[in-house]
Amino acid sequence: MATKQRAASKTRVPFERYGLTDGQLVAIFRTMLLQRMLENRGFQLNRQGKIPFASASEGHEAVQAGAAMAFERGKDILVPYYRDLGLALGIGVTPYEVLLSLFARAADHSAGRQFPHHYASRRLGLHTISSVIAAQLPHAVGAAYALKQSGDGGRAVLTTFGDGATSEGEWHESLNFAAVHRLPVVFLCENNEWAISTPLDKQMGQPDIYKRAEGYGIPGIVVDGMDALTCYSAVRDALARARSGGGPSLVEAKCYRFLAHTTDDDDRAYRSREEVANRRKDDPVPRFEQLLLEYSILEGQDVEALKRGVLEEINEATDRAEAMPYPSPSHLYDGVCADRGEPWLG
Amino acid sequence: MAVVSTQSSVMNNVEAVRATLYEAMKNDDRTLILGEDVGARGNVFLITKDFINEFGPQRVIDTPIAEASIVGIAVGMAMEGLRPIAEIQFADFIYPSYNQIVGEAAKIRYRSNGEYTCPLVIRTPYGGGVRGALSHSVSVEALFYHVPGLKIVAPAFPADVKGLLNASIDDPDPVLFLEHKKTYRLIKGEVPNGHYTIPLGKANLLKEGSQLTVVSYGLYVHWALEAAISLEQEGLSVEVIDLRSIRPMDKAAILESVRKTRKLLIVHEDNKFGGIGAEISAMVAEEALFDLDAPIRRLAAPDVPAMGYAMPLEEEYMSSPGEMADAMREMVKF
Amino acid sequence: MASTDIATGTLERYGLRDEQLRAIFRNMLLQRQLDNRGFQLNRQGKVPFALGSEGHEALQAGAAMAFNRGSDVLAPYYRDLGLCLGIGLSPYEIMLSIFARAADHNGGRQFPNHYSSRAAGLMSFSSILAAHLPHAVGAAYAIKYRGEAGRAVLATCGDGTTSEGEWHESMNFVAVHKLPFVMLVENNEWAISTPLEKQMAEPQIWKRAAGYGMPGRRFNGFDPLETYAAVKDAMDRARSGGGPTLIEGTCYRYLAHSTDDNDMTYRTREAVLERRKQDPVPAFEAVLVEHGVLTPGDVSAMRKDVLRETNEATDAAEALPYPQPADLYTHIYEGAWEPWQS
Ligand SMILES: Cc1ncc(C[n+]2csc(CCOP(=O)(O)OP(=O)(O)O)c2C)c(N)n1
Ligand SMILES: Cc1ncc(C[n+]2csc(CCOP(=O)(O)OP(=O)(O)O)c2C)c(N)n1
Ligand SMILES: [Mg+2]
Ligand SMILES: [Mg+2]
Repeated sequence: MATKQRAASKTRVPFERYGLTDGQLVAIFRTMLLQRMLENRGFQLNRQGKIPFASASEGHEAVQAGAAMAFERGKDILVPYYRDLGLALGIGVTPYEVLLSLFARAADHSAGRQFPHHYASRRLGLHTISSVIAAQLPHAVGAAYALKQSGDGGRAVLTTFGDGATSEGEWHESLNFAAVHRLPVVFLCENNEWAISTPLDKQMGQPDIYKRAEGYGIPGIVVDGMDALTCYSAVRDALARARSGGGPSLVEAKCYRFLAHTTDDDDRAYRSREEVANRRKDDPVPRFEQLLLEYSILEGQDVEALKRGVLEEINEATDRAEAMPYPSPSHLYDGVCADRGEPWLG
Repeated sequence: MAVVSTQSSVMNNVEAVRATLYEAMKNDDRTLILGEDVGARGNVFLITKDFINEFGPQRVIDTPIAEASIVGIAVGMAMEGLRPIAEIQFADFIYPSYNQIVGEAAKIRYRSNGEYTCPLVIRTPYGGGVRGALSHSVSVEALFYHVPGLKIVAPAFPADVKGLLNASIDDPDPVLFLEHKKTYRLIKGEVPNGHYTIPLGKANLLKEGSQLTVVSYGLYVHWALEAAISLEQEGLSVEVIDLRSIRPMDKAAILESVRKTRKLLIVHEDNKFGGIGAEISAMVAEEALFDLDAPIRRLAAPDVPAMGYAMPLEEEYMSSPGEMADAMREMVKF
Repeated sequence: MASTDIATGTLERYGLRDEQLRAIFRNMLLQRQLDNRGFQLNRQGKVPFALGSEGHEALQAGAAMAFNRGSDVLAPYYRDLGLCLGIGLSPYEIMLSIFARAADHNGGRQFPNHYSSRAAGLMSFSSILAAHLPHAVGAAYAIKYRGEAGRAVLATCGDGTTSEGEWHESMNFVAVHKLPFVMLVENNEWAISTPLEKQMAEPQIWKRAAGYGMPGRRFNGFDPLETYAAVKDAMDRARSGGGPTLIEGTCYRYLAHSTDDNDMTYRTREAVLERRKQDPVPAFEAVLVEHGVLTPGDVSAMRKDVLRETNEATDAAEALPYPQPADLYTHIYEGAWEPWQS
């Protein structure tokens, strides 16, 4: 669909500097669509009483799809947090796997142990996700140390976190250590201005997280997190720097959380509908769609076809995952340690 | 370390830790050591002295002072195929890393359904009797033994230090390796040469006896043994078990002994309330209550926050071979 | 004195009276003398442990002069002998702590140099690095909450301690709430054996301030007057509602970390001797003599007096009793305590 001939090469100028093929541009867009629709599906299933919990990343589509495009599958390591559905999709997790996680089925990555969206796949280089804020950051640093130690040049770790996570001690300790050892790791902050109900100005004394980079002696970059392409290029550059021995970077993508924190949250208690509606004007999904249309990467009917395809995929994945069994009760006891992990021996 | 034969050498506990770490570093380049002052200083007890010269600063990492990340970074290393040995300079400084040990390391395997694992050793000196005051003398085992997914070892003898440290390093899961700092230079013993392991969860019957079972670990196992031996002159026969591992723990050894002697005394340096002795007591009560001829007794630290720096405060907190002998005598005569 | 960086311009610009200048200097002498005494007593086998702050004298004496006794709060760390002296602790109290006597502030429970005095505004602290910083932040919050204008909290720590998560969490919180708080980092370039470059990639700690949204500044901690000016400036801002400041004083740790440490395992004698050339104690002595604040005769009299005071304090403290074994069980909760209630 995106392969059709375009006459005017000058219309392509804005894309050229990103070095992305049309196929990649469309892939980014498709990840964004998938992310949004899967999220809707999660909220739907929750309202239908089919699953107890769902969380959403609406507003994070651009930063996640862009960052995922900069990630080298089969080489890099992703150490994400719970709001990274789009990143997970972008590096290869399938909608079916996402639905297994939402339904907490036995075939889920964690076999139904963890909350939804807490993936783990060694094949994809996707670390197991913790619900505990910032706990993943030292792991990302340790993984980067392992990459450096193996002398395995050309690989890097991408780790992500929210604005609220930057207040944790482990955030600081992780940046400091990575800087001392010039480790191949990119710290990507998805600054959506909210941590559940806590706004940025109660979270930190100044709103620009990237400015902390200087204190650690590493580059700090800020990008419009609603723009998939600048997100892509900032993360690509930072990962390239990391892979080639240039050390860590802190990239801050300014985005927004359109929905409540999770299905358990009611954001009307702490922010106005006007604020949210106002920020919706900057919705990254129609914005990117517009861009692709404007420069004829896609035509209107392509977009429709894409959306239909995504919806079909999600419907299929939903049905398949729902039909799968829960883990058996005995699975509660499995895999505590390599052995049974019984506290008493004998 | 003086070599007494080709089969074994005499070492103290510091030397045993050092020699074992050295072999591990030499034999497996996935192994690395990270902690505060482990490099040029060679750890505050000189356990890793000169390691940095031999193995380089990439494998002997002087970390910033940040315990949460010392453990957390080691977790990430372990997840990516290295075999980190993290050091917490004193057990008293382990609290900032509680989240990473209890919430993360112990759950990586479980939460990823085996996709990722965390073969990690966290070593730390613990225990009192060294004028360490509130913040250089605590016992932390009870704070951790509640945690599935974590293993805990607390050897008392140099040969066990080596065998259990080797087993901990080989273990595919996170192990908290507790070294009693008072025993570091005090306790010497024969250590077999060459590589060997002692399985985690196997207690050691130190002394056979027929009238009372004493279960202990760490520094107090030495004092309990001393007390039990001294009681032989009075014709009292006390059996002493060194747990060596706290999680998993050797149920078979405890039950076998208790069923023979029909009396149980548990001795530990950590606080009594909710301590290791509580779990052992409960297990024996569940499994062997009717084999007992006397109530189970625990001799443990008073329930105060810590021992103090001033001599009388430390002495009051710590038990002694004399106090242990008194308790043993009372129980045998019960 | 050629080897010092101390500003030899007019002393007047610091707004300190001569007796304040002399008090700063006396504090520095006392600090050094008491440090020596602790190490001596340790060598004599009389105390199991001692800790020195040599190299920090100017920084601590200068900072203490900017502290308002009776109104400010100090949240120090274990190397702050001079600060604690400067805000009013006596050598006798220091010796009680070194000897772990019952009359010590914490009843002989803690290591030496771990003071606490409500009267002096000195918060109790442990040996656990950075653990005191959230407490200091809480104290600053209380001051702001109660609207106690003119009061502020001075918190200190070493360079190594800035790596702790709690350091970061504290800095972030004071910035969010614009608390009356001054973070004074005593950067002596070492954390036991760990040099600055293994502790952090950017050695200028004050640069972190911008990331928190607060002013940051670095000063020469070998110069008690520059220190005084920097701390006073930050404390005044805090006291007047201007929010927190991160200030970094550069100094050096001349001695081993403690009597349990041998620093020759990780640094050379030459390196230490090189830095000794900047020793703040003789340097400040020279400045005061040069400016006629003290005569050489005054200086020797002061030294004698400091020695006498140290000797008297040593004897008085040593003669006192240890705490009783029963003291182990007090002050756990309010009232008597047993885990089992009957
Ligand atoms: C250590 C910890 N503290 C608190 C929480 C509860 N919690 C879950 S998400 C969240 C907000 C996180 O905000 P942010 O880091 O900005 O990420 P966002 O959800 O906005 O993407 C909080 C407080 C937690 N999961 N872990
Ligand atoms: C939480 C914690 N970790 C480690 C230690 C051990 N320790 C005591 S002092 C010290 C070095 C501190 O260095 P710095 O903060 O620079 O202060 P300095 O001693 O140089 O004044 C270390 C690692 C401790 N007391 N507390
Ligand atoms: Mg957020
Ligand atoms: Mg220091």
